[in-house]
Amino acid sequence: MTLKTLLTGATVALGLAAGAVTPALAQDDKTKVGFIYVGPIGDGGWTYEHNQGRLALEEHFGDQVETIYQESVPEGADATRAITQMALNGADLIFTTSFGYMDATVAVAEKFPDVKFEHATGYKTAPNLSTYSARFYEGRAIQGHIAGKMTKSNIVGYIASYPIPEVIRGINSAFIHARKANPDVEFKIIWAYTWFDPAKEADAATALIEQGADVILQHTDSTAPQAAAEKAGGVVTFGQASDMAEYKPFPRVSSIIDNWKPYYIARTQAVIDGTWESQQVWDGIGPGMVGIGEITDAVPAEVKEEALALKDAIASGDHHPFTGPLKKQDGSDWLAEGETADDGTLLGMDFYVEGLDAEIPQ
Amino acid sequence: MGDGGSAPLHRHEGAPMRVRLEKRPQPSRRWLYLSPLLAVLVTMLAGGALFAALGKNPVEAIATIFWEPLFGEFAFYYRPQLLVKGAPLVLIAIGLSLGFRAGVWNIGAEGQYIIGALAGAGVGLAFYPLDAWFVFPLMVIAGAIGGLAWGMIPGLLRVRFGTNEILVSLMLVYVAEKLLAAMALGPMKNPEGMGFPGSRNLQQYPSAHNADLIADTGMHWGAVAALIAVIFAYILLGRHVLGYHIRLTGQAPRAARFAGVDPARLVLFCLGVSGALAGLAGMFEVSGPAGQVSIDFNVGYGFTAIIVAFLGRLHPFGIALAGLLMALTYIGGEIAQSNLGLPAAAIQMFQGMLLFFLLAVDLLTNYRLRLLPRPETA
Amino acid sequence: MMDLSSISPILLLASIMAASTPVLLAAIGELVVERAGVLNLGVEGMMITGAICGFAFAVNTGSPALGFLAAALGGAGLSLLFALLTQFALANQVASGLALTLFGLGLSALLGQGYVGIKPPPTARLDIPVLSDIPFLGPVLFSHDPMVYIALALVAAVWAGLKYTRAGLILRAVGENHDAAHALGYKVVRVRVLAIAFGGACAGLGGAYLSLVRVPQWTEGMTAGAGWIALALVVFASWKAGRVLLGAWLFGGVSVLQLNLQAAGVALPVEYLSMSPYLITILVLVIMSADRSRAPASLTRIFHASQ
Repeated sequence: MTLKTLLTGATVALGLAAGAVTPALAQDDKTKVGFIYVGPIGDGGWTYEHNQGRLALEEHFGDQVETIYQESVPEGADATRAITQMALNGADLIFTTSFGYMDATVAVAEKFPDVKFEHATGYKTAPNLSTYSARFYEGRAIQGHIAGKMTKSNIVGYIASYPIPEVIRGINSAFIHARKANPDVEFKIIWAYTWFDPAKEADAATALIEQGADVILQHTDSTAPQAAAEKAGGVVTFGQASDMAEYKPFPRVSSIIDNWKPYYIARTQAVIDGTWESQQVWDGIGPGMVGIGEITDAVPAEVKEEALALKDAIASGDHHPFTGPLKKQDGSDWLAEGETADDGTLLGMDFYVEGLDAEIPQ
Repeated sequence: MGDGGSAPLHRHEGAPMRVRLEKRPQPSRRWLYLSPLLAVLVTMLAGGALFAALGKNPVEAIATIFWEPLFGEFAFYYRPQLLVKGAPLVLIAIGLSLGFRAGVWNIGAEGQYIIGALAGAGVGLAFYPLDAWFVFPLMVIAGAIGGLAWGMIPGLLRVRFGTNEILVSLMLVYVAEKLLAAMALGPMKNPEGMGFPGSRNLQQYPSAHNADLIADTGMHWGAVAALIAVIFAYILLGRHVLGYHIRLTGQAPRAARFAGVDPARLVLFCLGVSGALAGLAGMFEVSGPAGQVSIDFNVGYGFTAIIVAFLGRLHPFGIALAGLLMALTYIGGEIAQSNLGLPAAAIQMFQGMLLFFLLAVDLLTNYRLRLLPRPETA
Repeated sequence: MMDLSSISPILLLASIMAASTPVLLAAIGELVVERAGVLNLGVEGMMITGAICGFAFAVNTGSPALGFLAAALGGAGLSLLFALLTQFALANQVASGLALTLFGLGLSALLGQGYVGIKPPPTARLDIPVLSDIPFLGPVLFSHDPMVYIALALVAAVWAGLKYTRAGLILRAVGENHDAAHALGYKVVRVRVLAIAFGGACAGLGGAYLSLVRVPQWTEGMTAGAGWIALALVVFASWKAGRVLLGAWLFGGVSVLQLNLQAAGVALPVEYLSMSPYLITILVLVIMSADRSRAPASLTRIFHASQ
C-alpha cells in the first residue's frame, strides 16, 4: 500500500470524524433521490426495470439530480436501517421498490417528515408517503388473448408466485381473455412461492410442459421458463417485468414491461418544483406504466392485429379487462352485463372467476 | 508424547528447515486470547486486498466498516443498531456453544429461530387486540418452547436412533422456512391486510411489542436476554457440574462416560437449550425489530451465530464480544455498500474469511511450531 | 379437479434423471472423501463455486465443455482450502466445512456479479441413435445431455475403483484406521488431500450442471441446499456407491413429483408438498442410521502423525 493511499485513508478517516461535528443537511442544489431494491440490479426483471428508471432520471436531469441505491435489501429491520441510512445521508426522495418494505417505509417516513417517500405496490400512505403500482392485469389480458389463440393443446401453464391479489388478478385477467379467444382452453397453475428463483421456475415450467402445456405464462421474474420452453421446443412464452428479448422471436412472442421511467421523472420533477403531494397511483397501459413488448412474427398476423387492437382499446379506456357478465368460481354472480370491476374489489381480489379449475392455496 | 527423534513424521517437503508441529500438553493461554485478535487483523488485511481488487480504496473501506458505525457521523443511530443486530447473534451463539463444546452439532438454529418466532407471534396474534400484561411473557414462553421442541427433534432422533443431528437439524431448517411461508400466507395472514401476505405488525400492538426498554438505544428484551444468557452460560460452564460434564464430553468422551455422564441426557440438554435460545431470539426479533411474520423473516442469524460461537472461542464473554464484532461487520458493510458502492457479496466473503483465518490461526493455540535443523544423513 | 392422467410417466422419469444429476455428482464425490475418513461439510460452497466458474467460463469461451472443466477445477481449488485447514492446520472438520460453505457462497456471489441474467451457451442433448427410439426406455434413458451419462459413469467408476483397485483399497484403509495405515507406510495426508480435491471437483461439476443445463442461468445461492442434500445422500447410501444412485433418484423424484402433482391439480396444500423432499430425507436418514456401524471408523477424527 502506498504512502499516498495511507495518507488519503487517514484524511478520509479524519474527515469522517470531523463530519460528526457538522450536522448533515440536504445538499443545496442537487436533489438526491434514493432507491431501495429488493433484488440485484442484474436480475433482468423487477429490480432491473426499477434501476432503468433510476438511470433515466440521471439522463433526464443531468447534474440537477444525484441518485443512490442499495440492492438486495432484505425486508424487516434491515430495510428500516437501509432507508434510514439514505434519509440520514440527505436523500430528498426515496423509492422503496417492494411490497415488503411497507411498514419500514411508514416508520422511517414518520421520523423524517421533510423527506418524500414513494412505496411501490403498497397501500399505506402518509403526508410524505405515496404509493404507486402498475395495472399489470391489463397486460395479462393481451397475453391471455394470444395464449388462447395460439395454444394447440388447449392447455396453458401459469407459473404463479404468491397467492396475493396482484397475482390472482393476473391469472383471472389472462384466463378471461384466453377463454374468450378459445372456449376450450384450460389453465394449469403452479405456485412457486418465490418472485425470483430460476431453478424452481425452470422446474415448474418443465413440469407444466410435461403436463401438456404449450403456452407458459409467468408471474416470476427470471428467464428460466423461456429457457425451459426453448429446450422443449414448440412452447410459447411471454417476457415478464422486462422484455427478455434474447428469447425473441420464439419462444418469447411478447412481454409485459414495467416502465417506471415516466413516473420517476414526474415525481422527481415534482420534488424539484416543490409541488410533490402524497397520492396513490395505479397506472396501466394508457399512461405508459405498463409496456407491451414487441409481438413477434411467430404470432399469426390476425392474432397480432387483434392483440394490438385490444391493447389500444384498453389504453383508451374503451375496454376494461374485468367487464361483465362474469361469475365467481363458486358460481355466484359478480359483474352484470357491461359492468366493470371497481378498484377496491380488484385491489383485494381473493377469488377465481368461473371456469378456472384450481383452488387458491390458503 | 512426541517421537524419539528419528524419522520426521510431519514434514513440509522441500523446506530448508524441518517444521514440526508438536501438540501442546495444554492449549496455550496466551494464544487463546491472541488468536481471535490475530484472525481479525489478518482478515482486515485480506479483506482490504479484496476491496482493492474490486477497485475500492482498501483503507477507506475498512475504516467505513469498522470505524464509521462506532464513531462516524451518524454513530448515534448506528450504535444502537449494533445491539439490534448483535443481540440475536449472541443469544443463539451461547446456546450453540454449549453443544459445540460437547460435540453436539446443532446446525439448524435458523429453523429453531423461525419456529420460536412463529410460536411467539402465534400467541401474540391469538390474544389480539387484548391489552394485558401477561401477553408478552406468554409469548416469551411460547417462543422458547417452540424452539426447544424443534431442537429436540434432531436430539431425540440422535439419542434413539443414532441419526446424525447435523443433517436432521439442517433439513428441518428448510421445513421451517416452508412452514413460515405457509403461516404468512394462511393462518397468520393479517385479515386487514388487503389480502397481502404477512401477519399483523406486532410493533403496533403494544401488549406484544418488544420495544426498546430505553427508547432508541436498541436495548430491547432480546438484548437483555442475551446478557442473561452470557452470564448464565458462564456460571454453568465454570461452576456447575453440568458445565463440567459438557466440557469433559467434548475433550475426552470416553473419560466422560466413565465419569458417569449420561450421553443421551447431555445431547438432549444441549439441543434443547440451544433450540430454546434460538427460539427466543426469533421471538424477540419478530415482536421487535422485524415486527411481523413474513415470508422473508429469517435472514440467516442461525448460521452467522455459528461463526460468532467459534470466533468467541465457545466462551460466553468471547461470544459477547464476537457478536458485537459481527454486528459491526454487518452494519459497517451496509454503510460501505451505500457510500462506497461495495457489493454485498464482498461483505459475505469477508465474514467467511474471518472464520477461515480464525480456524487457521487456532492451530497456534493447540500446537507448537518447532523449527528443527535438517538431520544428518547417515 | 385432480387429473393424474395428465402426468406423463415417460417425461416424469426422464425429468428425474436430469433432476438427480447435480446431487448425484456432489454425493459421489463426497462419498470418496468420507471413505477416506474426512467429513467435508463444505459441499454447498464447492457446488456453488463450480456453478459460477463453469458459467463464467462457458459464457466467455462459448463452450459448455470448457465450462464444466473450469467448474471442476474451481470446486477442487476451493476444496484445497479446506484441505489446508483440516490436514495441515489440523482444524476442526465441522467448523472448517461450514467456513468453506460460507466463504464459497460469498465468493461465488462476488464472482457472479456481472453474470446475472445472461444466457449461457446451450449444452447439446445426446440423442443416441437407435437406442433413443425405443418406446418408453428411449426417451427415459437415452436422450439426455452428456453430463447425465458422465455422472452415471462416474458412479460406476467409483464403485469399481473402491472395490477392485489398489488405490481404492488404500483409500478405504486410510478411512478405517488412519494410524494403522500410516504405520503401514501409506501417505495418509496425501491420500486425503487427493480425495478432498476429487470431492471438490465432483461438487463443482454438479453445481455447473445446475447453472449450465438444468436452469440454465446464474443466480446467487442457486444451489439452494443441494450440497446439504448430497451429504445426506452419502449417509443414506451407507457409504456405498450404488446406493448413492438410488438416493439421488429418490430425492430428485420427490422434488419433480411434487411439482407435477401441483400442476395436475392435486388438492394437497402446496407448502406441505414442497416440504416433502426434506421430510423424506429425514425419514430415510432415521431408517439408515441403524446402519451407523458402516461409517468409516476414522470419519471426522483428526489425523496427526506424532500421536
